[in-house]
Amino acid sequence: MMDALLDGGLALSLPFLAWLVLHTEALSQAVVLFVAMGLMSALAWARLEAPDIALVEAAVGTGLTGALLMHTLSWTEETAPEAHTRATRWVWDILAASALTGVLGWAVLALPADSLGLGPEVTARLADSGVEHPVTAVLLNFRGYDTLLEIAVLLVAALGARAVNPRTERPSLETEDDPLTGELFRMMTPAVLLLAGYLVWVGAHGPGGAFQAGAILAGGGVVAILTTRLGTPRMSSRRVRWALLMGPLLFVAVAVAPLFRGGRLLEFPPHLAGTLIFVVELALTVTITLVLLMFFPGVRPPKVEREGTP
Amino acid sequence: MSSWVLYALSGMAMFSVGLVGLFAHRHVVKRILASNIMGSGVLLVLVALARRVPSGAPDPIPHALVLTGIVVSVSSTALGVALARRISRLQSTESDSSRSSPEGP
Repeated sequence: MMDALLDGGLALSLPFLAWLVLHTEALSQAVVLFVAMGLMSALAWARLEAPDIALVEAAVGTGLTGALLMHTLSWTEETAPEAHTRATRWVWDILAASALTGVLGWAVLALPADSLGLGPEVTARLADSGVEHPVTAVLLNFRGYDTLLEIAVLLVAALGARAVNPRTERPSLETEDDPLTGELFRMMTPAVLLLAGYLVWVGAHGPGGAFQAGAILAGGGVVAILTTRLGTPRMSSRRVRWALLMGPLLFVAVAVAPLFRGGRLLEFPPHLAGTLIFVVELALTVTITLVLLMFFPGVRPPKVEREGTP
Repeated sequence: MSSWVLYALSGMAMFSVGLVGLFAHRHVVKRILASNIMGSGVLLVLVALARRVPSGAPDPIPHALVLTGIVVSVSSTALGVALARRISRLQSTESDSSRSSPEGP
């Protein structure tokens, strides 16, 4: 009974929050509601027995995206100009959304109910994968292509974001004078490092892995950028470039190596699979942390000297 | 009604709200939010479908796909936000120069 109530409440609140996000006038309010919606969906994923996804959603989907969006608000005006709409348009919006939901719901509920999916197949071959956690096995062994290409997407997005805004904003000086934030960062650092290390290690046995660890490290890094004098990592530095490329290069090397012994792409030898997956995950953690950090544009300089154009 | 149906319907409602919002709004930040909401809806449907078989553990393949999806949606959001910042910077320099040029510095 309580379970049904919780599920029903969550399932109702998610679309409602989404609606509120898109229909509040103040943008900062919309972003706060968006973060609330992300936390609710992390709860929903925990209810659906997907702890891996709940972790990543809470850290990346909600934390980092929320920080990014909040940060963007200081560049744009506060109220969306077209927010003062008439009530009749709301009615049309609701009608359109419900009609679409109906059609999609009919399509999804008409799926054959007796198909078992690929779950049994994964469980049958889990012993060959080198790890014990099925999601990690799928991510890094059975569907290694996905993860490899995902890293490529991350790198391309980071390069694109940097190419559009090449100037890194220097942090303003008043942030470092605040004793509270510096102390907070010093206290937080060991906990963040420990948690990230644990998550990489535990990925082989249970929920955790490179993405969760990278997200947590990047979250700590964002706090560091905001509270200390550290700037965002610069693409011009050779060390940053190597650290960025380490994950993808190592992954490609591990993927290509079997070809020289007559194997297939991304085919790990079973006795080495566990070690290889761990090494690749460590390297990927470094790359993911850096990429997620580079998405963050740094502290906005004071408004007076924002535009240096004569 | 089993709980996966509930969450699948909720995900589809989120997707629809996001799609309608994407067409209804013109402000960049609102559009980025709308596309994020659409993405969350799709991911919720996927995870709900992974729970379709009542017995045993959920299907790990959709879970892995959703993990990939969250990371890709963060990168697309970051790229969108970077473009939005660039646009607003260009617009503000444009309006600054057009405002200040007739009357001097």
